[in-house]
Amino acid sequence: MIARHHMAGAGASRPRGCCLPLPGAAAARRATMPALVVALAALAAASVAPAAQAPVAEAPIPYYYLIAAPADVAAVDHPNDNGGTIVITWTPSVNDTPDGGIVTGYVIRRARAVTGPYEDVGRTTARTGRYIDSSAETGVPFFYRVDAVAGDVSSQADPVGPVVSAYQWFNWDRLNLAVLGVLLSGAVLWWVNALKRGRTANVRRIPALEAVSEAVGRATEMGRPILFVPGLQDMDDMQTVAAITILGRVASITAEYDARLEVPTTRSLVMTAARDAVQRACLGAGRPDAYNPESIYYVTNEQFGYVAAINGVICRERPATCLYFGAFFAESLILSETGRSVGAVQIAGTAETAQVPFFLAACDYVLIGEEFYAASAYLSGDPRQLGSLKGQDVGKVFAAAAIVLGCLLATAASLSGSRTLETLAGAVRAVFRAQ
Amino acid sequence: MQRAVPFAITFVTAWVLLWAVVVPPIDQIREEFVLFFDILAAFAFLLGGASLLGRHGRKIRRRARGWGYSAACLGAFLLTLGLGLLKVGGEGGLAGSVTAEGSALGWIYEYVFGPCDASLISLLAFYVASASFRAFRVRNTEATVMLVTAFIVLLGRTFLGGVATDWLPEQLAPLKIPNLVQWIMSVPVTAGNRAIMIGIALGIISTSLKVMLGIDRTYLGEDA
Repeated sequence: MIARHHMAGAGASRPRGCCLPLPGAAAARRATMPALVVALAALAAASVAPAAQAPVAEAPIPYYYLIAAPADVAAVDHPNDNGGTIVITWTPSVNDTPDGGIVTGYVIRRARAVTGPYEDVGRTTARTGRYIDSSAETGVPFFYRVDAVAGDVSSQADPVGPVVSAYQWFNWDRLNLAVLGVLLSGAVLWWVNALKRGRTANVRRIPALEAVSEAVGRATEMGRPILFVPGLQDMDDMQTVAAITILGRVASITAEYDARLEVPTTRSLVMTAARDAVQRACLGAGRPDAYNPESIYYVTNEQFGYVAAINGVICRERPATCLYFGAFFAESLILSETGRSVGAVQIAGTAETAQVPFFLAACDYVLIGEEFYAASAYLSGDPRQLGSLKGQDVGKVFAAAAIVLGCLLATAASLSGSRTLETLAGAVRAVFRAQ
Repeated sequence: MQRAVPFAITFVTAWVLLWAVVVPPIDQIREEFVLFFDILAAFAFLLGGASLLGRHGRKIRRRARGWGYSAACLGAFLLTLGLGLLKVGGEGGLAGSVTAEGSALGWIYEYVFGPCDASLISLLAFYVASASFRAFRVRNTEATVMLVTAFIVLLGRTFLGGVATDWLPEQLAPLKIPNLVQWIMSVPVTAGNRAIMIGIALGIISTSLKVMLGIDRTYLGEDA
């Protein structure tokens, strides 16, 4: 047992051990007497006595108060991680209550030996019972101590340990994601192979993509350029990768029609990838001369600088067609409204759900969500790529079935109060839970 | 070779990143890859700078239409670059921080770049008005439903929305505008959003597989 005494106020004149505990302290002493800390608190009692009832000034009566240390302290290695993390839990001090609790927080201390020295690794507020120490070294044994704190006063629980942080080879919390990923990937690959072997698939019409050829033709007839904006993100964003694949298809049609394509980018890597894609598309279309690297250029990484530059291009060049594919944010409406003001045919596609309504309001055609990712396969007409769309459909059927089943089970559990149905509904939810 | 190496890098990186989700020790390698991407992107700035200089330089040289804008762009670019590289005005000179108080770059950022940025985003208010006017025109059933829904939501976000239906008895509480807004946002809007999100998630999985397995190599400048 370790007990420490702290002076908590001025004017402490009584000898130690003579105490008038605050409410709740008696219970605290009973509960965790070995860890009690006695402290001098204040000299306030005399000051609250009305002067009329105390004609003779009494000596101030000091208050002492007790803080119970936190109980049931435990430290364990954080499961399913790469090591370096230890979880410390405890039962809050009995003086840590919402009404009149005096504990203000907890300090978590750590040492390599049970005798110390202990160093502070973190603090929590009152009424918490968990702390994650992410600074532990993997493979090193540590001892932990949790101190309840009330102002300058603290009381400490017995140290626990040793506990060693280790890495795990599999994150079992994400088993559901792994299983879902394998199933969906399997479905996609199965359909890709099936269509490669000659199986046919019916892919529904996507008017926005059918309009691409029409829009390119219009630009050719009008002698005006086509503006392709690949969004604001870099090549590490899947939307940008999808946008570049669409650009390749668009460039192929553009080369065939002999139209002029302009691609301002906000990232240098996107510019490089876009140049490669367009060059290859022009070669594929038998028009290598149609490739002009100058028309694919870097503008700036700054969001609104990019917007200003594109707006300038739209106002000066007056493109006949504006294509917005990729990740867009606040600029979506500014760009599409400017394009609309010059009478351009506009087609947009993004996976940013918050921007879809803006594009819908200002563009002629919009690819919503999955349609955007399907665009490349749709435009290519390649059976292998169309197979990936069928694989997606398997995922959609599975998701829809799980939603319907989950709703039915949850409703039935709610109406009947059956624990079994509730457990089953929870199991369906757990399949899609992300950790 | 020119295509095989990038594809090999894509293949290996993608699989490592994928496994990092369920195999914790690989997560550290994932962080390394992310770092490498940042380094690569930093070097790519040179490509971007070269593109910017080349494009606008050519326009100025040819006195092409709008070459004045190019001159202004290049002037601003070179001035900002120079002031930033030389750390003009900041404490500590070349050894100091580029964002030190009193630096010329900081001044440009605060008094030129910031206001320009704010001006551009403020244009959004006007564009929202014109787009809303078009979107909410009653042309068919869907547009009418959207107009009514938008009207209720907009009204419910104001003080008037609460006052207008406050008189309704408790039995009709669900019809009070704030409650209607709450229902619209948490039921039909959430359902629609989630449907789109599920589609997007499946689309990402499918596109990722196409990229990882080389079914679609357009992003590498190659036909499938």
